[in-house]
Amino acid sequence: MADGSNEAFVAFERVQKSYDGENLVVKDLNLSLPKGEFLTMLGPSGSGKTTCLMMLAGFETATHGEIKIGGVSINHIPPHKRGIGMVFQNYALFPHMTVAENLSFPLEVRKMGKSEREKKVKRALDMVQMGAFGGRRPAQLSGGQQQRIALARALVFEAELVLMDEPLGALDKQLREHMQFEIKRIADDLGITVVYVTHDQTEALTMSDRVAVFDDGRIQQLAPPDELYEAPQNSFVAQFIGENNTLEGTVETIGSGRCTVKLDQGAVIDAVPVNVSQKGERTRVSIRPERVEFNPQMGPDAHTLEAEVQEFVYMGDVFRTRLKVAGKEDFVVKTRNRADQVRLSPGEKITIGWLPEDCRALDAT
Amino acid sequence: MTDATAGAGPNPQDAAAKAAEKPGPMLAADGTPLKKSLSRALRRQKLRALMLIAPLLIFVLVTFVAPIADMLFRSVENQIVSDTLPRTTAALDDWNADSGELPGEAVYEGLYYDMVIAEERKLHTRLGSRLNYEQTGLSSLFRQTGRGVDDIGEVYFDQFDDLNPAWDEAVTWAELMGEPNWVAEAKARAGNDESIPGFEMKDGIEDLLPRTAEMYGIFAEFTETEDEDSPIEEEPWEMVHVALYQDLVSQDVSGYDGAQADLLNEAKAAVGDFETIGFKDGFLEIEDDWGNHDIWATIKTYSPNYTNGYFLAAVDMEKTPDGPALRDENERIYGILFQRTMFMSLMITFSCILLGYPVAWLLANLPSRSANLLLILVLLPFWTSLLVRTSAWKVMLQQQGVINDVLVWLGLVADDARLVMINNQFGTIVAMTHILLPFMILPLYSVMQTIPPSYLRAAKSLGATNWTAFWRVYFPQSVPGIGAGSILVFILAIGYYITPEIVGGTTGTFISNRIAYHISSSLNWGLAAALGTILLAVVMALYWCYDKIVGIDNVKLG
Repeated sequence: MADGSNEAFVAFERVQKSYDGENLVVKDLNLSLPKGEFLTMLGPSGSGKTTCLMMLAGFETATHGEIKIGGVSINHIPPHKRGIGMVFQNYALFPHMTVAENLSFPLEVRKMGKSEREKKVKRALDMVQMGAFGGRRPAQLSGGQQQRIALARALVFEAELVLMDEPLGALDKQLREHMQFEIKRIADDLGITVVYVTHDQTEALTMSDRVAVFDDGRIQQLAPPDELYEAPQNSFVAQFIGENNTLEGTVETIGSGRCTVKLDQGAVIDAVPVNVSQKGERTRVSIRPERVEFNPQMGPDAHTLEAEVQEFVYMGDVFRTRLKVAGKEDFVVKTRNRADQVRLSPGEKITIGWLPEDCRALDAT
Repeated sequence: MTDATAGAGPNPQDAAAKAAEKPGPMLAADGTPLKKSLSRALRRQKLRALMLIAPLLIFVLVTFVAPIADMLFRSVENQIVSDTLPRTTAALDDWNADSGELPGEAVYEGLYYDMVIAEERKLHTRLGSRLNYEQTGLSSLFRQTGRGVDDIGEVYFDQFDDLNPAWDEAVTWAELMGEPNWVAEAKARAGNDESIPGFEMKDGIEDLLPRTAEMYGIFAEFTETEDEDSPIEEEPWEMVHVALYQDLVSQDVSGYDGAQADLLNEAKAAVGDFETIGFKDGFLEIEDDWGNHDIWATIKTYSPNYTNGYFLAAVDMEKTPDGPALRDENERIYGILFQRTMFMSLMITFSCILLGYPVAWLLANLPSRSANLLLILVLLPFWTSLLVRTSAWKVMLQQQGVINDVLVWLGLVADDARLVMINNQFGTIVAMTHILLPFMILPLYSVMQTIPPSYLRAAKSLGATNWTAFWRVYFPQSVPGIGAGSILVFILAIGYYITPEIVGGTTGTFISNRIAYHISSSLNWGLAAALGTILLAVVMALYWCYDKIVGIDNVKLG
């Protein structure tokens, strides 16, 4: 994943971080991203993603390893000299300054002339469509407006690298979706490099060029969104990204690109071996709910499973059916709401199946 | 929702819609105007709220507001002069102090009656003390005069007695002045040792003998209330004889035919030959000072019911016949004291800000466990007696004290040149800064706690150095805390008493020490009240200025 080339704009090299000298919050982080990339650090709380961001911003120091920007180690450069724009979770707009003063602040500390400052502030405000609000105080703005101002402030001094720490966390769903596109558009327009921290996977999938999934102080997988969703490398990523069905079993046969798994119930299914390597190994197979088919018309070698309908939920665009499969009651199938789609009722017994390549045999932990 | 409400009664939306259609006031569901029913509903709440605060309100009014108002009132109140010397002050109205002459006989006549009455009531010494604030010597003058004033009346008393021994009888006077029915009743009861009814003046006697009636009335009332005796059994004071003499000289008594008419006519015939003594001469005989023009000027100046004299004294001015004027340079103390109080309070406030700000910062930014420990250390002084803390500073700072000893031992200070750190302004500022520091730290701390650390991070990420981030972003947000702490410390400091008293010496005392002196030692409560009022006004004025400059809504306690 870390290509280590000289093109890397931001690079973490063997970075470790410990707060108390006993536990590592970040364990051996290696990550590099080229200029102009939109990288999202995604993970549950306590996974070390915010710590990584803070180390990059300079508010935390790495216990071990090096962080480089443009090939230069920034470990000993104080935050205010790093020239990194940052958008905070609660925006951190200075309440005693007007919006324009907030935006002008980074330019003032850079000793920029007044006319140039005003020009840049105006441009930044226009960019986030807040041109008319320069005289307001942050408290007089709505959450979404404050968010735009915080974004404009991080961009006004033309930083090449912008860090965002859950910037949309406080917004309601509709506004959040709108702002996701807005941020992405601005980032693409300006060609800036963005490191974005969130625990919202939708946000991560829709905005990023690449997503780094964090757990337990490590990057579990670093991949473009589609790869992350379609081809999770381990069961944590499979569980964390999107909805996922898991069945537990033992590897029975393993070949190149194919393996059969004997479920604990006794049924045998086909799967793609991802991180299982030998016969008899415990595994957890993962199937996306939308890749499951009812009463499949498949080839003779395809394995199917018997299922009993537990619950049928109408969700508008999709139907969500909860099934009892191989002794597990939380097997979910999503089907598109088509005119010819069957509507199942609880208690009904059906057969389900899927293409072997949609079923991934992952680690059992 | 509509289903539920439709079943329960009239749909409120319909009612509201109907009310909106109709012109005129909005109606509540039962048809009363909405405003009325709202205010009725609110009145109950208000009443309940009032009842809840009533105990405290009454307590504060009775024990705090009323005494303070009374105290403040004393700063202008001056009824003691006109209450004690009503006739004198009335007569003095016609006297012009600028004339350079002594007042006329009428004033001395009034003074005679006033003094006799005051002496009987033991009020003349209090008046003497009061006037002594304005001019020294008046206290002893009044005391001496009280002792000698009866000499004037003796002259007439003896002559009436010589004329007819009946004038020496209480009954004679009672029959002359009293209502006949009352006299008969009183006599009968006195014989049986029963309680005697209250004195009733004879009709028409006031026209016949106006002065005598007035003075006898005062005598009778005094005898009944103070001595719990009856005028039927008590011989009147000499003052009544004087009054009778004056009446007989000026009034025609031939028309009188009541009791003791013969005696009265006999006296009327004799008074022409009485040996007389002028009131003025009489007073001059008792005390030469009654011939002193300045004394009369002082009495006239302070005869109105209200005076600005205390306030003038509180700003180092005095009343002169030419109007208010500054006192001599070497007699001015209050201006200096007010200035010093202000200056030192400001110094203490600034010291508290300087020392308290970093501590509050630390408190607000430490992890909560260490912060709690530090907070206990900050609050520790509150658990020690103020007196102990102040005395401790005395031990630390005095010339043979701990700090000086250490400095001498270290060789930094010569033994014969020990530092003077106490009984001066330095000592007061040090001790009071220490005592008032928690009042600065606590509001600062609670305000700083509300400032998220992300502001500082944001400022740094935007390129600000540590100092710029602090000064441009953190400090402005902590100003409300500084404001709250400063107001607390400054107002506490400006009225502080005990610490300056102990460690202040002569140069480090505050105006409050002077107020305490006037309250408890010199007993000049009027001046103490005036000083207190000025202090209160200064604090109010500063508070107002603060509101104008910083804005009182910028003051936060958390």
